[in-house]
Amino acid sequence: MLLIRCPYCQTDRPELEFRYGGEAHVSRAQDPSSVPDAAWAEFLYMRTNPKGFHVERWRHTHGCGRFFNAVRHTVTDRFLATYRAGEPKPDLEALAREAAR
Amino acid sequence: MTVSFRTASGGRIDRDRTIRFTFDGTAYRGHPGDTLASALLANGVRLMGRSFKYHRPRGVLAAGAEEPNALVSVDRGGGRWTPNLRATQVELHEGLVATSQNRWPSLSHDVGELNDVVPPGVFSAGFYYKTFMQPASAWANLYEPFIRRAAGLGQAPSQADPDHYTHRYAFCDVLVVGAGAAGLAAALAAAQAGARVILCDEQAECGGGLLGERDAVIDGVPASDWAASTLATLSGDKRVTLLPRTQCFGAYAQNFFGLVQRLTDHLPHPDPRMPRERLWKVRARQVVLATGAIERPLVFPENDRPGVMLAGAARAYVNRYGAKPGDRAVVFTACDSGYAAAHDLTAAGIVVSAIVDLRPGPDGPVAATARGAGLDVRSNAVVTGVEGRLGVRAAMVATIAGNGLVGPSERISCDLVLMAGGWTPAVHLHSQMRGKLRFDAEREMYVPAAPVEGSRSAGACNGTFGIAEALAEGFSAGADAARAAGREWSERDWSPVVSGEIVPDGGFHGAVPHDRDVQKVKAFVDFQNDVTEKDIRLAVREGFRSIEHVKRYTTNGMATDQGKTSNMNGLAIAAGSLGKPIPEVGLTTFRAPYTPVTFGAFAGHSRGDLFDPIRRTPTHDWARAQGAVFEDVGMWKRAWYIPRGGETMHAAVLRECRTVRETGGLFDASTLGKIEVVGPDAAEFLNRLYTNPWTKLETGRCRYGLMLNEAGFVMDDGVVGRLAPDRFHVTTTTGGAPRVLAHMEDYLQTEFPELRVWLTSTTEQWAVIAVQGPNARAVLQPLVADIDMAREAMPHMSVREGTICGVPARLFRVSFTGELGFEVNVPAEYGQAVWEAIWAESQKHGFCAYGTEAMHVLRAEKGYIIVGQETDGTVTPSDLGLDWAIGKAKPDFVGKRSLARPDMLKPDRKQLVGLLTVDPAVVLEEGAQITAEASPVKGTAALGHVTSAYESAALGRSIAMALVAGGRSRLGETLYVPMPNAAIAVTVVEPVFLDREGSRLDA
Repeated sequence: MLLIRCPYCQTDRPELEFRYGGEAHVSRAQDPSSVPDAAWAEFLYMRTNPKGFHVERWRHTHGCGRFFNAVRHTVTDRFLATYRAGEPKPDLEALAREAAR
Repeated sequence: MTVSFRTASGGRIDRDRTIRFTFDGTAYRGHPGDTLASALLANGVRLMGRSFKYHRPRGVLAAGAEEPNALVSVDRGGGRWTPNLRATQVELHEGLVATSQNRWPSLSHDVGELNDVVPPGVFSAGFYYKTFMQPASAWANLYEPFIRRAAGLGQAPSQADPDHYTHRYAFCDVLVVGAGAAGLAAALAAAQAGARVILCDEQAECGGGLLGERDAVIDGVPASDWAASTLATLSGDKRVTLLPRTQCFGAYAQNFFGLVQRLTDHLPHPDPRMPRERLWKVRARQVVLATGAIERPLVFPENDRPGVMLAGAARAYVNRYGAKPGDRAVVFTACDSGYAAAHDLTAAGIVVSAIVDLRPGPDGPVAATARGAGLDVRSNAVVTGVEGRLGVRAAMVATIAGNGLVGPSERISCDLVLMAGGWTPAVHLHSQMRGKLRFDAEREMYVPAAPVEGSRSAGACNGTFGIAEALAEGFSAGADAARAAGREWSERDWSPVVSGEIVPDGGFHGAVPHDRDVQKVKAFVDFQNDVTEKDIRLAVREGFRSIEHVKRYTTNGMATDQGKTSNMNGLAIAAGSLGKPIPEVGLTTFRAPYTPVTFGAFAGHSRGDLFDPIRRTPTHDWARAQGAVFEDVGMWKRAWYIPRGGETMHAAVLRECRTVRETGGLFDASTLGKIEVVGPDAAEFLNRLYTNPWTKLETGRCRYGLMLNEAGFVMDDGVVGRLAPDRFHVTTTTGGAPRVLAHMEDYLQTEFPELRVWLTSTTEQWAVIAVQGPNARAVLQPLVADIDMAREAMPHMSVREGTICGVPARLFRVSFTGELGFEVNVPAEYGQAVWEAIWAESQKHGFCAYGTEAMHVLRAEKGYIIVGQETDGTVTPSDLGLDWAIGKAKPDFVGKRSLARPDMLKPDRKQLVGLLTVDPAVVLEEGAQITAEASPVKGTAALGHVTSAYESAALGRSIAMALVAGGRSRLGETLYVPMPNAAIAVTVVEPVFLDREGSRLDA
């Protein structure tokens, strides 16, 4: 069971309190009607699925209820960072370098 | 029976007390401190099991968790039956009942042993894959039952497990896995540094290999005494938790470990309130892995005969358990530890006829000491075979000549052959933590390359074998771990003085040479799976290159022991056949669990009523008193139908439906999901989350809301009432409530954070009583004080707040039956009282209480869909004929853009239609496929499937709804529902069967 730091509660909490929410920073267009079919299908169905660091959404469902984003390694399950929804996507390379030190 | 194979004295058994037990129905005696295996050996019992495939007679090979042969079933009575336990781990207790496995009719006369004498090659590697190929149908009827009977492990228990199991979370600074020399020293150091320590060990008594040492002395104290005094020190420290009988079976991310503790299996009369096992979920800041090493067998012909065992195991039996595995031994060794066994066995009164050392020149001090003690040491020698089927009678011993050829064999009488092939570090947990391994070419073993963050290996599992070195390394690891966990402590080294031990040095991998006909002999690599040397060579010859594939093809390293004794020999043989060095062939992956874990331990208390929470509605007790039959809907118990006077379900449902349409009925709809949507932007929020327009909905009115996911597919529906400009009472399907709230929160928090809206689940706050039928108003009116319920004052799809029976209520005029209907929402704690008041009033009009089954029929007669029954996540509003529910003027809502994708507009999409069977008495099966022809050609795709089908009392015939490709253009067509006996002809109709104009609703 993973421990995940909720950026709102500022505590490490067990995975059981959270619900996974898929890849982060996949933003919905302001005006979906202007998005071409192919781009819309891409938005709906295509995700990066990396082997390595993945930026993803989590919800502290059985806690504060807030959605937030996290950077997790898909092989080791190691979390490099968690941050609030709406904050910019962090520089993954810089995070990874820092973690390697 | 006389106990003839006990040593004269010594060991850690309590010789003053006697324990009676049975094995295969025969009574034996042992002592406290015995395992089943040691007690059987002390009683002269060698034969303990039959092998998996060839049913060969087998004895005990090891003395610990790695045992592949001596698998037994233990019956603790009352359905407490545990198969596949290793006799080496079963603690003896008064009245223990154990039986052997995989034999019929008995262990010494087993019909299955014929498998062993069939011509060579028949049962070789890949036998199952090659033999049981065709026809496919024979798998279920013939091959699998045969294989399961013929080749197998123990029987599964036939009764529900009456024991209970518990879970516990724990946290510590330092977890130490394994309480041998390294582990004890690590725990000692960490504890002295002030760390909170958990020390676990799989065995009943902590001490590991130290308990099996006879002559070793640590700082002037016998090794086992040192272990005892160290344990006493640790157990006196409040910060140390000692967990014997506890297997650390798995390592997971972030230093999370799974431990299973055996609590009652060793007790003759356990308190029934005691859990049988406890699953520890340990989060450790730091971990010290001190899991020891596993001795390797040597691979030579007939190395599986009862009486052939690991040298270290034999040492443990004589030194620790006072049990003699035989009277006359031949020690076959490639490691100095074989000599330790020879000395200890000699001291125990066992004649060691020869030490057969595979190495060319064991002329060091170890061999010299042995020769000096009068032992016959033969170097450059091999055991080429073993005589004796049910027990060893002799070993064939030969010398390897200078040209590498094996010379003529000499027969040496013995009843015990020991194997000392060297030691394999138990790197399992390190590997589970994704730690890398390094192949130590000089010593030919895999050892941890570098510790994983937060962990360190110490002692034999790290390739550090001597007691002194293991103690020093363990102590240093414990001190490091405590420091890494934040404890300040400067002392880090301890250099104990150890004498009297023979440090294991040397070893061998693969098959040893012999002069026998390779086609006729079996030299076992994996004892549990009956994998021989030639099976692995065959797999390589047949083209398997990856060790993972070789493993699966030959089954080497599979089943309950997971290759603890076989992996390295198998790997070496495969590498030899491939002509590659071992590290280039790789290693199979180590996965949890290290040893088998019971399902009970994982399940814990989550079984029976505690498997899932049970949700009951406020009228549950009333319904039960009325004789209601309940069904599970999600976690809810819902009244399914309420039979009267011995009615069948069929009769009850017809009566309930008829009564609702004739006069009326009451239905508990409390399980509907309810969400209070509040805030100045509440209407705009609903505009974006539902297909429907909400801005213009007046206060006091309701609307049917349809919710899509972003892909445009229907995910939920429900009635939404507007209570105030900024307040909506949203209802959802029973099963969809949490999903809908999460969906709403998702969009509110991440896509539309600018909207000022607050969402609150109120599902459990409101009891909902549906009052449906022509007389619904007449029943409710007398109970309602302050709401004008007149037809015009409170039209269909409206909501009022007021009081019912003096209780604050939200009264909806809505209908899921097609009749005049109301839904009374009152605070849940008043639910049953209000229900009983309405029920009493309703009896003046002959109402019934109806259940979910009647509700389903009544709504189907009206063509109302149920999300999840008419939909399956691929259905659009248009597919359902619900285009009217879409606010076309809205610029956007979740799912809108997707509805314009080309695939969503195809005319041959599956659309909701009604089906009427040509024979009105026939009720279709829900889920049945629909075709254009009565006997379609095999492979023809179905046009769709039946989503709902019922017998309708109101219509006097069956009705059905279905999703059919291009369904709305097929009205009037005859289609078919192929069933096992014959196809059923159906006519496609509009999916509304009753009161299409809705006059009953408006009554």
